[in-house]
Amino acid sequence: MGQLIQQLINGLTLGAVYGLIALGYTMVYGIIGMINFAHGDIYMVAAIMAVTVLTLLGAAGITAVPLALLITLVVVILFTAIYGWSVERVAYRPLRNAPRLAPLISAIGMSIFLQNMVQLTQGARVKPIHALLPGGFELGTIDGFTVHLAYTQIMIIVVTVALLVLFTWLITRTSFGRQQRACEQDRTMTALLGINVDRTISYTFMLGAGLAAVAGVMVTVYYGVVDFSIGFVAGIKAFTAAVLGGIGSLPGAMLGGLIIGMIESFWSAYLSPEYKDVATFVLLILVLMFRPSGLLGRPEVEKV
Amino acid sequence: MKSKLNKPFAATAFCMAALFAAQAHADYTVAIAGPMTGEYASAGEQIKKGAEMAIADINAKGGVLGQKLKLEIGDDACDPKQAVSVANAMVNKKIVFMHGHWCSSSTIPASDIYNEAQIPMATVSTNPKVTERGLKNIFRIMGRDDQQGGVAGAFIASKFAGKKVAVVDDKSAYGKGLADETAKGMQAKGAKPVLRESITAGEKDYSGLVSKLKAAGVEVLAYGGYHTEVALILRQAQQVGLKLSVVGGDTMSNNELVTAAGGNADAVYFTFAPDARANPSAAEVVKRFRDAKVEPDGYVLFAYAAMQLFQQAATQAKSVKYADLQKALASGSFNTVTGTMSFDAKGDLKAPGFVVYKWNGNKYDVVK
Repeated sequence: MGQLIQQLINGLTLGAVYGLIALGYTMVYGIIGMINFAHGDIYMVAAIMAVTVLTLLGAAGITAVPLALLITLVVVILFTAIYGWSVERVAYRPLRNAPRLAPLISAIGMSIFLQNMVQLTQGARVKPIHALLPGGFELGTIDGFTVHLAYTQIMIIVVTVALLVLFTWLITRTSFGRQQRACEQDRTMTALLGINVDRTISYTFMLGAGLAAVAGVMVTVYYGVVDFSIGFVAGIKAFTAAVLGGIGSLPGAMLGGLIIGMIESFWSAYLSPEYKDVATFVLLILVLMFRPSGLLGRPEVEKV
Repeated sequence: MKSKLNKPFAATAFCMAALFAAQAHADYTVAIAGPMTGEYASAGEQIKKGAEMAIADINAKGGVLGQKLKLEIGDDACDPKQAVSVANAMVNKKIVFMHGHWCSSSTIPASDIYNEAQIPMATVSTNPKVTERGLKNIFRIMGRDDQQGGVAGAFIASKFAGKKVAVVDDKSAYGKGLADETAKGMQAKGAKPVLRESITAGEKDYSGLVSKLKAAGVEVLAYGGYHTEVALILRQAQQVGLKLSVVGGDTMSNNELVTAAGGNADAVYFTFAPDARANPSAAEVVKRFRDAKVEPDGYVLFAYAAMQLFQQAATQAKSVKYADLQKALASGSFNTVTGTMSFDAKGDLKAPGFVVYKWNGNKYDVVK
């Protein structure tokens, strides 16, 4: 029982991280109908940047953890948003009206470019930081198993829920959200109505990158070790989460992330860590067989 | 008109003559290959530092058979596919000797290519299969996992008698081989692991494994794999209040483990060849490495020794032709910084040794 609760906490944390990255995938897909394969690498860039900023802050003598974290978050989100904007500007906008395959290839190219750029400029070694928020609560011992809830886990879950609420509000209640949804439905019509489509798409990319930045900072603080190659696995898992939940749907991305986090965490604790990815992808196949547009996705209506 | 035509022709002819002359006096090209980039790049760096120093030393003393040595560096990132393309590239560069690769899973496919191209190689890969396939060109300057696992297993059975032990590997050729042999070594001494698991290397979240270990009351983790995963497991174990001792293999000698584990590495034991830095014959070389601000730990001295091995074998054979070099390596005895080397019929070291070390702050010491 104790182990069950522990795995619930671990799975929730892991799922929240996947969900955060998946939100970025799903937003970008929603607006331009394209998978942004460079998204996982944007997350990696953010994580590496977080290590740099935290190290610099430490050197500058700012060691109060909440302050250091806040500064890191702001700086990393800003810079990562610039990355998101540039990626869109360089790799996708010129291909806006090209066949669908072209931006897909340039997305993969962007992903390879970002990974190699970081490897060459930052080196291939893993980059560790000291535990920023060590410790946590002991939730009591059940069946001889002491359940721990780390401060970092609380932080990740709280931040994720807050961001999900914020973004749902942003998309459904604000004028930017309305413009964004309009672009999703019909780009030509939106432009005719006087909305700057290019700018809306740019903002969406920046917001997506910002979410990846938050995930990057959280992961850096939680695991304490990052390197240039973390973007690939995380990107694939988050992409799976977005597809599972229904690509294009914000709550769907979060739900997909949580489901994958839970499966991984329970499968590796009770069955075998060896086959946890198999379990995840078998579930994905099953869901797509019975609900081709994902758990919360709306089936695409062919427009005449 | 005539002279106009002749001039470039003469120039070309001269260039070609120069080229042939250069080829006749070509340096010998030797190569190293390993993970220069990727997750295990720090091991590649050690190999590079060791080989570069050795080549500089050999060249300063007049080279091999009167020729200077030139070093080629191949990067396989511990990816078997990339290892094969590195091997093909090296064959095209006409290397006469290879030190590498590092990961067993890279060495095994690459060695077939070197064998076909008749290039002798010296490797530190420890998976038994490396020398069990009847290839004549491969020489292992480190012990094997069955020896290493035996030492680790016996150590666990005596040091951690009565404690619950889990054996975990990372599914790589090296990791799984070592973990299997460690489990066998434990059983030979009457100790039985309570758990046998595999994880996927390269991930970040091992909390599932950690809580499984905790639920089973495991105190000792015998791990087959590389140091980056051990660092993460140790960090995540500490987060849930699980005190783990880890017993690993030669890859744990990398000091990246200490920084990445965030102060949890002091409970890491590992088997490795006897510390060559303590050899009297290596003292002079060790000092020069330290003067150059390189700590000769891990694979640095092995890379140096591999180059010495080539130099001595070529000198004994008076040739760098494969047949002569192979014969010299197979039959001779060589004095290197890591000790005296001679090889059995498979190409394994005749007298390998493994010693148990323990991390202590930033350095590791022998466990008596």
